Amino acid sequence: MKTLFDKIWDAHVVKHVEDGPDVLYIDRHFIHEVTSPVAFLGLKKRGLKVFRPHQTTATPDHNVPTTNQHLSIVDELSRNQVDMLERNCVEHGITLHKLGTQGHGVVHIIGPEQGLTQPGMTIVCGDSHTSTHGAFGAVAFGIGTSEVEMVLASQCIMQPKPKKMRITINGELRPNVTAKDVVLYVIAKISTSGGTGHFIEFAGSAIENLSMEGRMTVCNMSIECGARGGMIAPNEKTFEYVKGREFAPKGADWDKAVANWKNLKSDKGAVFDKEYTFDAADIEPMITYGTNPGMGIKISEKIPTSEGLKGNDKVTFQKSLQYMGFSEGEEIAGKPVDYVFLGSCTNGRIEDFRTFASYVKGKKKADNIIAWLVPGSVAVEKQIQEEGLSEILEEAGFEIRQPGCSACLAMNPDKIPAGKYAVSTTNRNFEGRQGPGARTLLASPLVAAACAVTGKVSLP
Amino acid sequence: MPLPIENVDTDQIIPARFLKAVERKGFGDNLFRDWRYTSGNTPNPDFVMNKPEYSGTILVGGKNFGSGSSREHAAWAIYDGGFKVVVSSFFADIFKGNALNNGLLPVQVSPEFLEEIFSTIEKDPKSTFTVDLENQTITNDVTGNGFEFEINQYKKECLLNGYDDIDYLVAMKEEIEEFEIHPSTP
Repeated sequence: MKTLFDKIWDAHVVKHVEDGPDVLYIDRHFIHEVTSPVAFLGLKKRGLKVFRPHQTTATPDHNVPTTNQHLSIVDELSRNQVDMLERNCVEHGITLHKLGTQGHGVVHIIGPEQGLTQPGMTIVCGDSHTSTHGAFGAVAFGIGTSEVEMVLASQCIMQPKPKKMRITINGELRPNVTAKDVVLYVIAKISTSGGTGHFIEFAGSAIENLSMEGRMTVCNMSIECGARGGMIAPNEKTFEYVKGREFAPKGADWDKAVANWKNLKSDKGAVFDKEYTFDAADIEPMITYGTNPGMGIKISEKIPTSEGLKGNDKVTFQKSLQYMGFSEGEEIAGKPVDYVFLGSCTNGRIEDFRTFASYVKGKKKADNIIAWLVPGSVAVEKQIQEEGLSEILEEAGFEIRQPGCSACLAMNPDKIPAGKYAVSTTNRNFEGRQGPGARTLLASPLVAAACAVTGKVSLP
Repeated sequence: MPLPIENVDTDQIIPARFLKAVERKGFGDNLFRDWRYTSGNTPNPDFVMNKPEYSGTILVGGKNFGSGSSREHAAWAIYDGGFKVVVSSFFADIFKGNALNNGLLPVQVSPEFLEEIFSTIEKDPKSTFTVDLENQTITNDVTGNGFEFEINQYKKECLLNGYDDIDYLVAMKEEIEEFEIHPSTP
């Protein structure tokens, strides 16, 4: 009796080191410009070549500006990092989706789009949000640069096998409650360290009913509760999404693959180290009020108080509220907002733009709001235009920028100024995450749309 | 060096805007950048690393240390900042792995022992602590109390002997090729 996670992990163990980690074979490796250069440097020092260049795919995303991408990158350090990625890919024969090309985008958006992400695979990338790919029933997780070097050198990494957790969400989601609200709710319930040491399988009817985009949002943020990664058993929806994509199996290979993928589920009676069950009906539109993703509440709720907290817990909580400029026990709804950001590997997919556009259709952006709408990839950018969403958005006063990580992490020109409030569809609200002194409120694309229209924290 | 704050995340250890180097050097200067320096780039006198009474090669953090991003730069920055050991009652997974891959020892202690360390340092910033990797112990030299910490035996040997996972994997090339020819189906 095995869990879905066990089935995939165990099938990829090349060797178990006694009293040590497993040597795990990696099917798919993604790299970006920030966490790969030192790994390539390491290979060079050791005189090694990339072992399986065709199993690695590269894209620059963290550093890139989201306007005027046809021009050279202005920031010298950013440009150097992006150029270095290109030089390394050319030297080692790795496919690179350069800025401005059709395949370009945020690494966790383009993998699924191109059919590189498939059920049953092991997938790694030097980026914690690699957990996104778990939405397809893959074991996908973020790694450090030393491990990037391991994969480049041997197509394997050395990892202790994590424990297993299952989070089941049964029932039907209420209107205006999206995948993002589900995952913010889960993190608020189990805390930012509740999943540490574990790999999470998300299950239950509310999860099964999510679109692939929604499943990606949920798995994306599994790292935010400390988990190594998150995953969802593949079903017809998954196969439908993968079918026909560039790197998906074709013809007889497809039939064979689907037959195998149908076995990718936890056996009845499989034992998890930890289980949680939630009721979908308890979830409402969520927003964060503090400086870690576990500090989330329903928009209808008040900011909690420090009552009952002691010692460092209390100090940490108060420091967080002070940074945010909020007081204990006050309403979050109605708080002023300065910026709205739609995008990132969490919510930069086509469905997110559809949701945002459907809400703002026929309405107007509030004058006090600066809004950045950043597609996750060139493919999403194109689809926004083809579906006529760009007209709807422009009419409502929004402009669409070019693909990249943008304001998610303040590594490129899109930074939120100090002291300003940003309702952001991203994944982290850490101090300074979106720029030094920036104050982040994490929320769904639907909530972001509502806030953009009213100019303050609002329910959709 | 005491940092009694919980959930010290990787964006605090080293903000993303300092991740643009293509070589592994100079990250120590930007360790805890936004806490260490004011917005005017002058040292913040209230931050512990800027207080002359505190020094040492052991960084002691509150629970859930290193949460957030997979950036190995966080481990590099702490190591380059002159630390050999990080002590907390709880570490984020990726950070822990990154630290071990860079000769930075994460020592996980009980919440009670962590409290004891903090209060000992509070009483006297010059208090010393001894970490013995071979015997897997950390000792409070003031009170004499010790704590036995856990570490994966393979990783312990790597640290003690300077072994490296990459050497290990490269030496396994034939086994890996064999695995590729006969993969298992999950």
